[in-house]
Amino acid sequence: MSAAIEGAAVPATLPTALPAQSQSPMPTAPPLRVLLKRLRGPALALVVPLATLAIWHFATADRPYSLVPPPAEVWLALRDMAFGGINDDAFSATLWTHLWASLSRVYGGFALAAAAALPLGLMIGRVPVVRALLDPVLQILRPIPVTAWLPLAMILFGLGASSAFFLVFLGAFYPILVNTVFGVRSVEPRLFEAAAMLGCTGPAQFLRVVLPAALPSIFTGLRLGLGFAWVVIVVGEMTGVQTGLGAVIMEARQLSRTEIVICGMGVIGVAGFVSDWVVMRIGRRLLSWSPSHG
Amino acid sequence: MAEPTVPILTIRDVSKTYIARGGRTEALRGAGLTVQRGEFVCLLGASGCGKSTLLRIAAGFEAPSAGQALMWDKPIAGPAPSRGMVFQDYGLFPWLSVRDNIGFGPKSRGRPAAEVRDTARRYIDLVGLGRFADAYPHQLSGGMKQRVAIARVLANEAEMVLMDEPFGALDAMTRERLQDELLDLWARTGLTVLFVTHAIEEAIFLADRIVMMSPGPGRIETVHTVDLPRRRDVSSPAFNDLRRMLSAQLHSHHAPKAA
Repeated sequence: MSAAIEGAAVPATLPTALPAQSQSPMPTAPPLRVLLKRLRGPALALVVPLATLAIWHFATADRPYSLVPPPAEVWLALRDMAFGGINDDAFSATLWTHLWASLSRVYGGFALAAAAALPLGLMIGRVPVVRALLDPVLQILRPIPVTAWLPLAMILFGLGASSAFFLVFLGAFYPILVNTVFGVRSVEPRLFEAAAMLGCTGPAQFLRVVLPAALPSIFTGLRLGLGFAWVVIVVGEMTGVQTGLGAVIMEARQLSRTEIVICGMGVIGVAGFVSDWVVMRIGRRLLSWSPSHG
Repeated sequence: MAEPTVPILTIRDVSKTYIARGGRTEALRGAGLTVQRGEFVCLLGASGCGKSTLLRIAAGFEAPSAGQALMWDKPIAGPAPSRGMVFQDYGLFPWLSVRDNIGFGPKSRGRPAAEVRDTARRYIDLVGLGRFADAYPHQLSGGMKQRVAIARVLANEAEMVLMDEPFGALDAMTRERLQDELLDLWARTGLTVLFVTHAIEEAIFLADRIVMMSPGPGRIETVHTVDLPRRRDVSSPAFNDLRRMLSAQLHSHHAPKAA
């Protein structure tokens, strides 16, 4: 008496259905259609940027008194910032130094925030005493904007990199914490019962039940946190550091080098986008089990 | 049941009262029951009769307010692998594949990786899910999920399987097939099964003994021994006589409330 059977017939019917479809009279047609379909997304995504670029160009080009430099000038400044040899001024060939400085602060502050917020979130979500102890304090600290911390951060950590680091940390900390707590608190109680009757009890449940069950939420928190880290970086680098994309923007502003300001903004946008894409890819891989992520 | 052997499960004068904001709810009053090793016992009754509460006390998820719940004559202090639970809503870990769900118990109990793998393999085959070993729960049908849930407690060397309306959410065809499979497993492994249901036919088809419970407050009313030969023919006169009798009894539970 075998216990198999149910569901066995379903996949078996699939292969027989496929060959019929591939006997299409026009074998070359589908690839073209598929190609067009694939290009549709990127094409639509480019409409708004290209239109903006065009409006920007026609509104600023050949107007000597425009306060906003035209796109061509910004592009020139960006090439000079990246590789030098065009303007040969204080900003030439400095892009990679600034990008590296900002990246290390964003990821350093983010990593520190994740390292603090994850265990704290697991505990607050799962241990009532910890929740009673920490939740009220954190709820009061949370609405304080990162910018409001700036003066105090400069007093506590001095002018320089550690203040920037602290502010990025603060910006990333709360989204990660809040989403972790939420994820932990919404784990189905049934799963704790299931784990307990299978012999997984006490602290072991943190690693084997709470963490994986809360992972989708945690990932949302990490994505938001990293996004905030990029938002905060400009504020963080207003604390008197010499390098970083935020510092470059502030310095260029004082020198009325608006094209450099726009370059800095663009680079932050692209860097933030790429880092979000990376986190999303990692998340998709780790959450392939989840019907709403995989 | 005058055998000298120690029963696998003893429920002795167990009561359970929940205290909530609205006041006290008496879910179970003075329940007594013994289950011998290898028996298939069904708890049958309308909703609110305390059958699930009794099962959860046997599992160790809840402590009795009064009375004793014993396994092999030792008090049940909490959930344990020797008493595996199968839930109506499966309770599978959605982030684990079929293989890892079934291996969860042995792994939790510190078995070496190779042994966990072998055990999982064996029980995947036992419930006929070999081709779905790497699938995640959300990719499975309800019947397949419940097979995983059953394999999961068997792989963990459960001596007694506690089932809380396990087939209640399945369609009729799947339910009948799983009932057959469960009886087959039970006959082959010598398991003890305590099975909660509100379906009379299911209870008669499965059980050695049917424990009839009644609501308000929940209590055990009568215990019927079903001595029809297996595999039971649901259309036989004896089956139907028993069904009619239990049905009359079950419906009488509602009568005082309706009046």
